[in-house]
Amino acid sequence: MTQVTMIVNGKSVTAEVEPRTLLVQFLREHLRLTGTHVGCDTSQCGACVVHVDGRAVKSCTTLAVSCDGSEVLTIEGLAKDGQLHPMQEAFREYHALQCGYCTPGMIMAAIDIVNRKGTQLDEATIREELEGNICRCTGYHNIVKAIAAGAAAMGAGEFRQAAE
Amino acid sequence: MTSTGIGVPVRRREDFRFITGSGQYVDDISRPGQVYAYFVRSPHAHAIIKNIDTSAALNAPGVLAVFTGKDLAADKIGGLICGWMIHSKDGTPMRVGPHPALALEKVRYVGDHVAVVIAETLNQAKDAAELVEVDYEVLPAVVDLARAQDPGQPQIHAEAPNNTVFEWHLGDKDAVDAAFAKAAHVTKLELVNNRLIPNAMEPRAAIGEYDRGQDSYTLYTTSQNPHVARLVLSAFIGIAPEHKLRVIAPDVGGGFGSKIFIYAEETVCVWAARKVGRPVKWTAERTEAFLADAHGRDHLTTAELAVDSSGKILALRVKTKANLGAYLSTFASSVPTYLYAPLLSGQYDIPAIYCEVDGVYTNTAPVDAYRGAGRPEATFVVERLVEVAARELGRDPAEFRMQNFVKSFPHQTPVIMTYDAGDYAACMKKALELADYANFPQRKAESERKGLLRGIGFSAYIEACGIAPSRAIGALGAGVGLWESAEVRVNPIGTVEVLTGSHSHGQGHETTFAQLVSHRLGIPIDQISIIHGDTEKVQMGMGTYGSRSGAVGMSAISKALDKVVAKATKIAARCMEVPEDTVDFNDGVFSARGTNKSMTFGEVALQAYVAHKFDSSEIEPGLKESCFYDPTNFTFPSGVHIAEVEIDPETGVTRIDRWTAVDDFGVIINPMIVEGQVHGGIAQGVGQALLERAVYDSSGQLLTASFMDYCMPRADDLPSFNVAMTNTPCPSNPLGIKGCGEAGAIAAPAALINAITNALGHENISMPATPQAVWRAAQASVRKMAAE
Amino acid sequence: MYAFDYQRPSTVNEAAALLANGSGAKLLAGGQTLIPTMKQRLASPPLVVDLRDVAELRGIDRTNDRLVIGAMTTHAQVAESAVVASTIPGLCNVAEGIGDPHVRHRGTIGGSLANNDPAADYPAAVLALAATIYTNKREIAADDFFQGLFTTALEEDEIITRVSFPIPERFGYAKFPNPASRYAMVGVAVAKGPQGVRVAVTGAGQNGVFRATDMEAALTNAFTPDALKGISVDPSLMNSDIHGDANYRAHLVTVMARRAVQAAAA
Repeated sequence: MTQVTMIVNGKSVTAEVEPRTLLVQFLREHLRLTGTHVGCDTSQCGACVVHVDGRAVKSCTTLAVSCDGSEVLTIEGLAKDGQLHPMQEAFREYHALQCGYCTPGMIMAAIDIVNRKGTQLDEATIREELEGNICRCTGYHNIVKAIAAGAAAMGAGEFRQAAE
Repeated sequence: MTSTGIGVPVRRREDFRFITGSGQYVDDISRPGQVYAYFVRSPHAHAIIKNIDTSAALNAPGVLAVFTGKDLAADKIGGLICGWMIHSKDGTPMRVGPHPALALEKVRYVGDHVAVVIAETLNQAKDAAELVEVDYEVLPAVVDLARAQDPGQPQIHAEAPNNTVFEWHLGDKDAVDAAFAKAAHVTKLELVNNRLIPNAMEPRAAIGEYDRGQDSYTLYTTSQNPHVARLVLSAFIGIAPEHKLRVIAPDVGGGFGSKIFIYAEETVCVWAARKVGRPVKWTAERTEAFLADAHGRDHLTTAELAVDSSGKILALRVKTKANLGAYLSTFASSVPTYLYAPLLSGQYDIPAIYCEVDGVYTNTAPVDAYRGAGRPEATFVVERLVEVAARELGRDPAEFRMQNFVKSFPHQTPVIMTYDAGDYAACMKKALELADYANFPQRKAESERKGLLRGIGFSAYIEACGIAPSRAIGALGAGVGLWESAEVRVNPIGTVEVLTGSHSHGQGHETTFAQLVSHRLGIPIDQISIIHGDTEKVQMGMGTYGSRSGAVGMSAISKALDKVVAKATKIAARCMEVPEDTVDFNDGVFSARGTNKSMTFGEVALQAYVAHKFDSSEIEPGLKESCFYDPTNFTFPSGVHIAEVEIDPETGVTRIDRWTAVDDFGVIINPMIVEGQVHGGIAQGVGQALLERAVYDSSGQLLTASFMDYCMPRADDLPSFNVAMTNTPCPSNPLGIKGCGEAGAIAAPAALINAITNALGHENISMPATPQAVWRAAQASVRKMAAE
Repeated sequence: MYAFDYQRPSTVNEAAALLANGSGAKLLAGGQTLIPTMKQRLASPPLVVDLRDVAELRGIDRTNDRLVIGAMTTHAQVAESAVVASTIPGLCNVAEGIGDPHVRHRGTIGGSLANNDPAADYPAAVLALAATIYTNKREIAADDFFQGLFTTALEEDEIITRVSFPIPERFGYAKFPNPASRYAMVGVAVAKGPQGVRVAVTGAGQNGVFRATDMEAALTNAFTPDALKGISVDPSLMNSDIHGDANYRAHLVTVMARRAVQAAAA
């Protein structure tokens, strides 16, 4: 067993884990944060995407022990003081989810796109940037629209104000 | 009319939990003391199990038990069933081999279930599974559908000589032969409907639990129809009687058909829970999903269309081999028969149709319903034939279709169906306009200047949804009735709980069903809950598939609401002391005509429960009504999809430039949700036409067993879609709903292949039109163009 | 995944010591290939040595006429690097096309090269650019480094520390992704620089990344897409699978080579 300490959604957590524990297993099974999902074994579907030190990563392809000392943000940590993140709001407003299984990873990936590419996103950029996230329900049509709108809302600063 | 009633794009009420990570899918549930199951699966497509030695695995750390098929048999646990009887042309019943949940003497496909290891942790179960020693005698495998029925092929089941489950037919062969004899033109195509793997993003999962004190079982499972699962597990497999088996399907992450069926894994988990005295959990890895979820499609078809000199279609002749895999899954036999051939008339007035279908065993995963189930296969046959016939006759494909459309209703086809309503030309005209068909030649010329090939293709599909009138399908071999149940419970303060036998796994029933209630009772949507997916709460149900939840499930709610309103009206009349027939109910208020007396729905609900103001020998207290609604006909959604593509002949890459869909779903409850269903369906249809296929090698190994090799549609494979509607209400149910869940998947493949063949200038391409296939086909086109 | 021990050293020397004496240990760089492989139980190292804390393996620098990238530099860092963009802009494009955004946040250049997946992008770029791979023991020329499928010149206890690229006049990369995995079905890197014209092909060859010498000769005469007209690689040396057979791959090599030259000229 190896001791691991990380900050998850703003709270410090420490646990003894087997080194073979994946970050997603740590989140789901040790911390009971089951919003992060597993949809494949080959690092392609993106249902497991979380942010580690501010960057989107696949938590099914990351060892928990490798995140020792890191800050991890999951879908459960997005809403602040009961107010949804603008990207969460946009997904609901634009009907960007059906079964909801890929949704947490999609939203975390979407925010990461905004973090890297800015708040004014065109359709082609969004589609390209979603290469690592598979949705079987929506045909992506409304996801693309939601991300563009969510990005713009993030740019408008509503969320920053809410967070402060 | 409330702001949350019928026709309003109400935002989904279920979304909050999904966008905050608070959904509860089966794998998110942890039961106290739960242990983990891991299945030992066959690495061979066809082999005799000579011996299974579980001793080393049993001694591995953390292992509670290792079970094989013999243990299930010793407990008299029955095999998995197929619930639809098909009779062959000669009147004999289909020939079905047994389907044990854990293999007995033989394994029949790669991924077949051989043993289960149950351990304290998943890693321990997996570690121990490697220690289960299975002695196989490998047999030659039957993989090639075209040759599976040939004499001398290995026999998969002794019960099915030549691996033939049935040789079924539908229609009038003599009439068709006569029509072909006088045809001015015959179009003939050899078609492959490629094998697909559904791949809902949530892998299947199950937790079985046994309560010794109550002697009862609970199964949490990823099901589209928990009551059907309970019925099969009770009545056929023999786990426990229904009152001792509770099946819960909580949040389910997509189904597309693949979660209709009752599989080995949940059967074993619920049975084993009692054996080990602990809750037993299993969650599929994606590779297991590829290997052992029921696959879809997989037809080889020869199809011919007879046309007279005026362009009128005279007859259609179809011969199909349908791959059913190694065992018959729950509804496998119905898909290539009664869900397929009755749709071969398409939107057309075709006087004579004859279809023969052979259902064939192969050493591959079972094949069953996948989004559309039979109807995409039928549409692909009809819409490829019609398109090619128009091209061969030098006719505009849109205009040729319109000439042959059914124009008056009801319309009896030669293959069972009575189309009740539609306006096919209206859809086509709207689609042509939205697709800017008139200016296609200019766009094509523009592409050619860039060295690219542009093509346009149509698909005018029809489907039969809202399955189905129980008596009718019983006569066709179904083992169940396909009504739906609803119970409307009005609470004393006027809030409403609706229990439905439909199951939502992405369709948004918690919103649309509540919209119906809000609309009818005039109460805000937040005073309504929709309860589904638990056999202990909902008495009975047939579940969600075949685009039936709106047409059948909501019709049941509507009928139950009728009863609630009728009873509430009586109570309101008593309370207001006016005659019943003077009471109107509008926008949530009961009012007595000619008086200023009125009561809100909530006030009447309270009176129903306090029961002070009416004679309870005349009116029972309480306000709760239920309905089992049996549809009177199938519903017939239809529409026209137009795909426009641009092909790079240098690489063979096809880019979808635009997609126009005009669908007629009848009355629409929530246009936002309906459009979302269309988008998703198109994406799956595009996947079939362009990207997806399950490939087995000649020894029966699945070569596409992960997302590394099975190509799922991604955001950059697809365009935004231009979706519009026409609305011809369905006369066959109280709401006028036709159903929308499968339309895109049914329409899209033919539209796309018609567009690609239009671009290429020849018909020689099959699905999926991969870059390599298109490149090869484009070389022929380029050579042809150069020669001209 | 099988159980394993885990160490996270902070220097290359400590890491090397953990690899020594046939320990069978595996280095974990970004883990984007190693972890899926271990999850499928196709690798079972007794010890995983995580390089994330080894600071000396990080960083991107320009020194005179060379660009030097630390082994633990992620694809995202290369793609976003102003230094790379101002020296070998085409290398940003290579990095930006690897995997997906999430994979690029963890996957590293050192990990990619050490793994030498026959469908990986970096081997083509490194070979075309005639880069030098520095390890804790020595420097290895790209021409000597890649030795076939998943095989390199690296010894068991050898750790890539950095990759040094001569700055070319021109460099371009064009990739035809496998539609499912998005790895390169064919990727062609073309460089014109101090080492002359070099063309390297990944994804297509039966034996992993290789140089297309006929194309190099043609492009030496004229560095234009049209110079490649009529030049193709031998299909009998190409890979064949369900996504593309050898003839198609051979055809795509020429198409991607032309596009790479075009990209290099842009």
